[in-house]
Amino acid sequence: MKMNGSQILLECLKREGVEVVFGYPGGQILPTFDALYGYEGFKFILTRHEQGAAHAADGYARATGKVGVCLATSGPGATNLVTGIANAFMDSIPMVAITGQVPTGLIGNDAFQEADITGITRPITKHNYLVKDIKDLARIVREAFYIASSGRPGPVLIDLPKDVQVAQTEFIWPQEIKLRSYNPNYSGHPGQIKRAAKLIMEAKRPIIYAGGGIITSGASFELLELAEKTGCPVTWTLMGIGGFPSKHKQSLGMLGMHGTAYANHSIMESDLIIALGARFDDRVTGRLDLFAPDAKVIHIDIDPSSISKNVHVDIPIVGDARQVITELSSEIKQVLSIEDWLKHVDSLKKKYPMRYKDKDKILPQYVIQQIDEVTRGDAIICTEVGQHQMWAAQWFNYTKPRTFISSGGLGTMGFGFPASIGAKLGRPEKTVFNVAGDGSIQMNIQELGTCVANKINVKVAILNNGYLGMVRQWQELFYKRRYSYTPITSPDFVKLAESYGAAGIRVTKKEEVRPALERAIKTDNTVFIDFHVEEEENVYPMVPAGEAINNIIGGLA
Amino acid sequence: MKHTISVLVENKFGVLARIAGLFSARGYNIASLAVSETLDPSVSYMTIVVEARDEKVLEQINKQLNKLIDVITVTDFTKKEHIDRELVLAKINYTPKDKAKLEGVFDKFVGKIVRHKADTAIIEAVGDEHQIKALLEELDKFGIKELVRTGKLAIE
Repeated sequence: MKMNGSQILLECLKREGVEVVFGYPGGQILPTFDALYGYEGFKFILTRHEQGAAHAADGYARATGKVGVCLATSGPGATNLVTGIANAFMDSIPMVAITGQVPTGLIGNDAFQEADITGITRPITKHNYLVKDIKDLARIVREAFYIASSGRPGPVLIDLPKDVQVAQTEFIWPQEIKLRSYNPNYSGHPGQIKRAAKLIMEAKRPIIYAGGGIITSGASFELLELAEKTGCPVTWTLMGIGGFPSKHKQSLGMLGMHGTAYANHSIMESDLIIALGARFDDRVTGRLDLFAPDAKVIHIDIDPSSISKNVHVDIPIVGDARQVITELSSEIKQVLSIEDWLKHVDSLKKKYPMRYKDKDKILPQYVIQQIDEVTRGDAIICTEVGQHQMWAAQWFNYTKPRTFISSGGLGTMGFGFPASIGAKLGRPEKTVFNVAGDGSIQMNIQELGTCVANKINVKVAILNNGYLGMVRQWQELFYKRRYSYTPITSPDFVKLAESYGAAGIRVTKKEEVRPALERAIKTDNTVFIDFHVEEEENVYPMVPAGEAINNIIGGLA
Repeated sequence: MKHTISVLVENKFGVLARIAGLFSARGYNIASLAVSETLDPSVSYMTIVVEARDEKVLEQINKQLNKLIDVITVTDFTKKEHIDRELVLAKINYTPKDKAKLEGVFDKFVGKIVRHKADTAIIEAVGDEHQIKALLEELDKFGIKELVRTGKLAIE
């Protein structure tokens, strides 16, 4: 059947199983929006900014494991996607971003709303395409979805010139995709897995260090099996939150800059690190030359370039975390004799518990704990970036994968709110919270319009302290309390929410926290809850940047 | 230290930018780069000479290149038997009285005069890294006015 480029694009998206596309129209994507008019193959959500569309697609992908899709016009539409694409790239999130482009004949002429978006996004996409010939379109869309979702996932951009959108051709759906230069390896080397198992069985002080790869590959059950079979304590990265039940007796919580003191001390004292789908980021290792000096390292990762990038690895295993962990578990044939180590780890837990000093004012940590209690831990928690993000990571007991959605690698303020929209559309049965700061929420606050117009019911808990809190904390600790441009004003969030047609609740007293949360959850609308919290509360424990991760400052830890 | 690697890539527009972008984004230095089509017109062959301070950096370059979707294979020639050549064109000071002297140079190196005008000559020469280096030292005695090089080509 003959179709034009826009129709082919929509048909391909539908066949790829796309349920929802987030986007914004514009001149060079007009033919595709014309095809979208009345189209019922999938849902289309008009965001209020293209950045919102990119983050919403990202949030949808994180909540569901499926490929998130966003659509924008050329030039400014495309460049507004850039932060969202970079964010997805850093956290290995499967996404397909589609942009309109000026007609092929005008490319390179500095045409109106022209930007070289394939050039701009080259270093922040897993791959990208400029479609020059309508005959390539169906194949390119299939390849884009395949590349985005396989191996180490990531964003793929398709730049679609206007003349290609209107050109006609016979629609042929490519049955299979074959790329001679791209064949991700999923199964680990059997010999290496045997050697890794041997090392684990011989270890005296082993620790499992789990990252986002556990979530991506769906390996939480396999991780639990390996942990229980070996008895190893388990710590995780920000991206690994939800991959292991946080209340499990072997759980050490998150490690790194704002990790638990006992996780940091444990990994520093370990003699074997079993790294599963994690990449030894600088926020995790602190000062590299002092990191875990006695530890041998087994590193399982789908991306060979993550292995031996930062730390020396004794046993590298390239493969899918889930497959490799399953095989590794089956090679563990004896009980580990690590009782002394486990006793020691327990003593560290007792010595450095996670706690904070309660005050009369509302403490942000308390708000997070209340969200946990009110939802009984059964919610998807999205975050922006800053202090509130770390508190949301520390004080909610995550038990399931894909329930903590946060910008890890890029650290993008303004991510959480649009991401919560994507998460809610992907998992409508879940209560979805966006934990925000008063600074971050203002970065994509326009998406209130998207929520209300589409009846997307998310709860936004603003931990409002009047500061760009994380930067203020660093200024307090490392810049002699010179609060350079970190005090920040906010609108009346309650009135603002109401003016959009959403609901707003202001909470200034501790005893109001819980009733406010209960009311918000019962409200069948998007709710902004403006918690006026202690202004200068700090996130602890904390490891100063560039220090060894057992050099922990501040707080009660 | 300099390392020679070859990269087989899909012969598509933008591939060179992907490779060059990878090097600049990650702070790797390209000493030379030669690109051309192969027997299979859908594949291009790149010979890249990189500066890598240690094995770890070289390993990362290799892995990062392999991550690019359009890269088919990467070969590191550092520890592999291979043949490498470079072609240079050098414009030197030359008058007929230098003839014997220059012929002496060509006894040792593969080279010839491709053009002679007034008091300059353009020399074409081919050789491996060491030969080119030694040749340039010899030509320097005449006075090199201009020099262009293809960059290294290498084959297993």
